[in-house]
Amino acid sequence: MSGFMGHEPDGRPGQPKTVKEWVFTLDHKVIGVWYLIGAIASFVVAGLAASAMRIELGSVGPDITDNGDIYNLWLTMHGAVMVLGFQIPALLGFVANWAVPIMVGGKDMAFPRVNAMSVWLLWSGILLALANLVIPDSWNGMWTGYPPYSLTDGAGNTALYSFIVVVLGMSSVFGAVNLACTVAFMRCKGMGWFQMPLTVWCVFTANVIQLIFVPVLAASVILLSLDKYLGFGFYNPEVGGDVLLYQNLFWFYSHPAVYVILLPFMGIMFEIFAVSARNDVFNYKATVWSVIAFIPVSSDVWVHHAYVAGLPDWLRLLQTFTTLLISLPFGLLMLSLTGTLFRGSIRYTGPMWWAMAAFMMLIIGALTGIPNALSAVDYGISDSYVIMSHFHYVMAVSGSMSIFAGVFFWFPKLSGRMCNEFLTKATAAGFFVGMNIVMGPLYLAGIEGMPRRYMDYQMFADNATIVDAQHWSTIGLYITFVSALLTIVTWLHGAIAGEKATSANPWGSESLEFTATAIIPGQGNFPTPVICPEGWHPYNFIDNPKPQFEPHPGTSGHH
Amino acid sequence: MKFKSLMHKVIGSLALLPLIPSLAHAFQAAPAARADYNGWTPHQHWDEVWHETMLDITILGVVFAIVTFAFMIMYRRKGHGERGKMPKLSAQAKVGWVVIPCMLFLGDDLFLYVKGFDLHNHLRNVPADAAEVKLTGTMWNWNYVDANGIDTDNELVVPVGKPVVLRMQSEDVLHSHYMNRYRLTEDLMPGRVTWEWFMPDQLGESVVTCREYCGTMHSGMYGKIKVVTQDEYDAYVAEQTASVPAGTAVASADKF
Ligand code: HEM
Ligand SMILES: [Cu+2]
Ligand SMILES: [Cu+2]
Repeated sequence: MSGFMGHEPDGRPGQPKTVKEWVFTLDHKVIGVWYLIGAIASFVVAGLAASAMRIELGSVGPDITDNGDIYNLWLTMHGAVMVLGFQIPALLGFVANWAVPIMVGGKDMAFPRVNAMSVWLLWSGILLALANLVIPDSWNGMWTGYPPYSLTDGAGNTALYSFIVVVLGMSSVFGAVNLACTVAFMRCKGMGWFQMPLTVWCVFTANVIQLIFVPVLAASVILLSLDKYLGFGFYNPEVGGDVLLYQNLFWFYSHPAVYVILLPFMGIMFEIFAVSARNDVFNYKATVWSVIAFIPVSSDVWVHHAYVAGLPDWLRLLQTFTTLLISLPFGLLMLSLTGTLFRGSIRYTGPMWWAMAAFMMLIIGALTGIPNALSAVDYGISDSYVIMSHFHYVMAVSGSMSIFAGVFFWFPKLSGRMCNEFLTKATAAGFFVGMNIVMGPLYLAGIEGMPRRYMDYQMFADNATIVDAQHWSTIGLYITFVSALLTIVTWLHGAIAGEKATSANPWGSESLEFTATAIIPGQGNFPTPVICPEGWHPYNFIDNPKPQFEPHPGTSGHH
Repeated sequence: MKFKSLMHKVIGSLALLPLIPSLAHAFQAAPAARADYNGWTPHQHWDEVWHETMLDITILGVVFAIVTFAFMIMYRRKGHGERGKMPKLSAQAKVGWVVIPCMLFLGDDLFLYVKGFDLHNHLRNVPADAAEVKLTGTMWNWNYVDANGIDTDNELVVPVGKPVVLRMQSEDVLHSHYMNRYRLTEDLMPGRVTWEWFMPDQLGESVVTCREYCGTMHSGMYGKIKVVTQDEYDAYVAEQTASVPAGTAVASADKF
């Protein structure tokens, strides 16, 4: 039976036994699992919406619906639920909650009760979002919610949209404060800032970005509802407002938000690369500084989402430059990832297959971002499939594959069991190939002019490139679909019937969640508070001193 | 090494940064006459920059992929107890591995930036002899009114070889006017006038689509631009204006 027993130093049960204990838990690991369940459920829902869209787009003309509103509802649900319900909760919920406190040697999050509130706020948000599928005036204004469309009746329930964003935003802000405090104050004795695993650095930085920018997003969507229902005119030019205000506010948050996703999933890659190659992370300190550099760099590039929105030309040119500057810290991170393989001793485990595939997608996604940065080039590809394909490579696919890599990586610590290795690798390969067939051809369709958010493309019916690309993309979807389904089957099989883990450290990591805990970490994570000895480093695979434990009060300290 | 002295080295090496623009400049062939842009139309210029950018990222990608694949194959784990042998970086090497890659990235950025800047100037400076067309977007229709007062929906007829500038506004929600052949997108919105200009250089029709989500029939909001010879155009104008009383032409030109 899966659970959280492990060692129970003070005699308290480690594993919640009743439903009540599961729900009212304050244990960060159980809360992390709740985040994970919510995230995977969101992935399933949003994935089904994606499948419906892809099937509809498979050929010119109606395939499974001829109703624009229905397609737009699928698209809205897909975009919003994937970003807000799947990726952010998986990274800033599951990874941040389950892994980070143990990685820094803490016994829990800094504020366990706030933590429980964050996860249940997330679940409320997800349930509210699902309600959108059944209410009569469902929101179809996309996850971006641009006015004036979002102020019209056609867009559906704007209040619901604002409310969901605010609820999820609150969940994020509480979570961010909590995590930042955890990293700052719950680190075990002996662990300095530059001895933290990169996953911790990345999640920490992402949460700082959340703290700075989420309030702006909340403000921008609250103003939407004030405008629509109470007749304020922030976005209404007829009474002196400005429609562009929203786009500036929205992207002021939502561009940094892509790094909120990018950094933690690159953090997972660093962890798995280093452990699989049993190698130091290349130029560790510089890598940490590159991660931190994303905070200032990300704050001044939002206009690249609005190059064609009618903003002044000087602003477009200025932010073209600042956008290109992202390549500096990002390039250094990519260099460090590849550098970590240099003279390594790589073992291709299941998680490593997923992480490698994610890395390859990230290379493609990163490079296809460069043309988009140039404002003048963007005039030709803005809001086309070129953009759609780019952000699926860089965020959607690379991100999901890293998240899944992380789930496979920490799976033995969650369940005490191992996933089937063949299935792990086969699903990684299937997902990788499938998504390339989905998104590769769509890049070409985008160059031919295919706009995004289209339910049909009869104006391009005689363009063979676009028609063929759409056709192949749908074939790719079937491959992806089967692989994603099998991935979930692999987890379920692993959790119920997988081989029992025989070691607390199956991949040979040097990080505390593997070296200082039982197979399944118990309550409080460590039998007694852990201490990192002098010279300890999470990426020292050669002569790392073993973590030590404070003596148990009243015993001789047999650890 | 102490963090402080590392920081000094990083800052010191920033003195080398001016090298980069010169590097970028060396890459960029000196343009003969800027206003001429090698005789390209704006969309030929766009294609040119697009292809150069694609070449640039392909080279980067191939180099990076070759190195990565080489590492992946060369450094497979051979023995059970084998460990990685990451060389210890000296303090200089640590700084060098930050500064030199950053200079290279920045060099490539500026190289591309210069091209983008050039293209931007081309696309965002309207020739003096451009014919004005007023474009109004509504859910889900493109309405064009040209200088002769010809008012058409979802079809714009223009003579070949004469630049056209669209002055655009929306009456309801956001729309975005994308001309496939001319590689240009610009949003329309209430409360602001936006514009884009293009050079119709080839006879025939090309597709126009909406590129900003605007509701149920967003994907149904498309039209075409028809480029005809000057003679055909004159005949078209004569035929269309026969029914339009003189004096209504571009009634709102003063708005701009
Ligand atoms: C699992 C396979 C996936 C498939 C087959 C898929 C497919 C699609 C399709 C067909 C579209 C809409 C195209 C359009 O009409 O413009 C779309 C949009 C989008 N997808 Fe995915 N997607 C997948 C995964 C993801 C993931 C994991 C994310 C996570 C972030 C994601 C985020 C988005 C976003 C943000 C949009 C844009 C929504 C909008 O335009 O408002 N997708 N996807
Ligand atoms: Cu962005
Ligand atoms: Cu539209």
